[in-house]
Amino acid sequence: MKSLGRYLMFMGRLFVNREPFKVYIRLFFDECILIGIDSLVIVIIVSIFIGAVMAVQTAVNLVSPFIPDYVIGQIVREMTILEVAPTFTAIVFAGKVGSNIAGGLGTMKITEQVDALEVMGVNSASYLVLPKVLAGIVMYPMLVVISAFLAIYGGYLAGTLAGFLTEQEYIYGIRVDFMEYTAFFALLKSFVFAFLIVSISAYKGYHTEGGALEVGKASTSAVTNSCIAVLIADFFLAQLLV
Amino acid sequence: MIEIQNIEKSFNDKQILYGISAVFEQGKTNMIIGASGTGKSVLLKCIVGLVPPEKGKVLYNSRDFYQSNREEQKKIRSEIGMLFQGSALFDSMTVEENVMFPLNIQGEKMSANEKKDRVYFCLNRVGLENAGQKMPSELSGGMKKRVGIARAIVLNSQYLFCDEPNSGLDPITAIRIDNLIQEITHEFNLTTVVVSHDMNSVMEIGQNIIFLHKGYKLWEGSNTNILHTDCQELRDFIFSNKLMMEFNKQ
Repeated sequence: MKSLGRYLMFMGRLFVNREPFKVYIRLFFDECILIGIDSLVIVIIVSIFIGAVMAVQTAVNLVSPFIPDYVIGQIVREMTILEVAPTFTAIVFAGKVGSNIAGGLGTMKITEQVDALEVMGVNSASYLVLPKVLAGIVMYPMLVVISAFLAIYGGYLAGTLAGFLTEQEYIYGIRVDFMEYTAFFALLKSFVFAFLIVSISAYKGYHTEGGALEVGKASTSAVTNSCIAVLIADFFLAQLLV
Repeated sequence: MIEIQNIEKSFNDKQILYGISAVFEQGKTNMIIGASGTGKSVLLKCIVGLVPPEKGKVLYNSRDFYQSNREEQKKIRSEIGMLFQGSALFDSMTVEENVMFPLNIQGEKMSANEKKDRVYFCLNRVGLENAGQKMPSELSGGMKKRVGIARAIVLNSQYLFCDEPNSGLDPITAIRIDNLIQEITHEFNLTTVVVSHDMNSVMEIGQNIIFLHKGYKLWEGSNTNILHTDCQELRDFIFSNKLMMEFNKQ
């Protein structure tokens, strides 16, 4: 509870006595590149293969004359949009971006760069963390959309190339009974997950005390805490919104 | 001039500073000395506003820092330059960007060219006019300290704080940094406060010195009378430093 209180107070510091918005503009775009563009490769690789694995596993395990083949596409679509794209990508995102944020801020803290900002009269928490949070909230949903598209495409490649179903069946499967709400739900989750991952990682990094060993611990703690928070939030969002 | 009155500070029920009062005069290099763990850096952080004390006042030309509102504190902070123990240069910025950072952040109404001129004036003053496009990782320890000094004076600061400015430097570079701090103090008429445990520095630049021992201020004077002190703890401190100096010479 003490940590939760400190985390909430830290979040409050981002918006109180912040610098003028023009100061954040360049920082925001720099963070968009670091958080979004630099995460593209890992998201592309993971998404294509996860989509392919889902298609193959579904095809292998749902062999029945009563279940049409296009259901493979339907299942891949539903799993991808509802869970794999927002949640699985969040775990990857926490590993890549969360550890990077915690490590970077932790190093700044122990090398007194954060103190240097404070001495200059800068609200260091706001200056260093707010652009990251905003960039995460803007870029992560885009990564989720890309991830969903590529996972479904990975399923298509695996399903058709392995001969489990035809192109027409897969495309029919991903279109049949589609509810737009699932896409809205996935995007809503992605905003929440992005906020949690970036803010928890920043909190862990910003409160690093000690030396290089503690920076490593902060990075690890940032990833594990972010993943747990994402899974808990996933459960509650599912309860509230499905 | 900076005046501190009855500063007390503790961490987790452990008292670090006991009622420290002192006056740091303008145009002089004021030093806070003492062995490791005596509260020198904590006192410095209390003075610059990084660690608020539990009791006491910090007065910048009679303006009470901790009683000021945020705008007044920001104004005072714009008059402060600080050189950190590890230089604290921003890793992701070039030397030029590091030195320009306070000008950008304090919203100085200067054109880009004026800012650049000011940055290179400061870099030139510390002898690093050709290092503007280098990254901090490309600099030696002494060069980093000089960039830190350039960043500290770029806003025409009135107050310069240096936390162990020559730690990690070889003796010759350490003396150069000490001399640079003293020259800049006199040239710009700054109120300079240097935290150090190095007697070489004390004898070189210490015009007004306070000695801390276990969180208490035990002695105050200058480098001209420090060797004639009656304070036993200070004599022990000087003796231990002298032993180290002899050891280093051998």
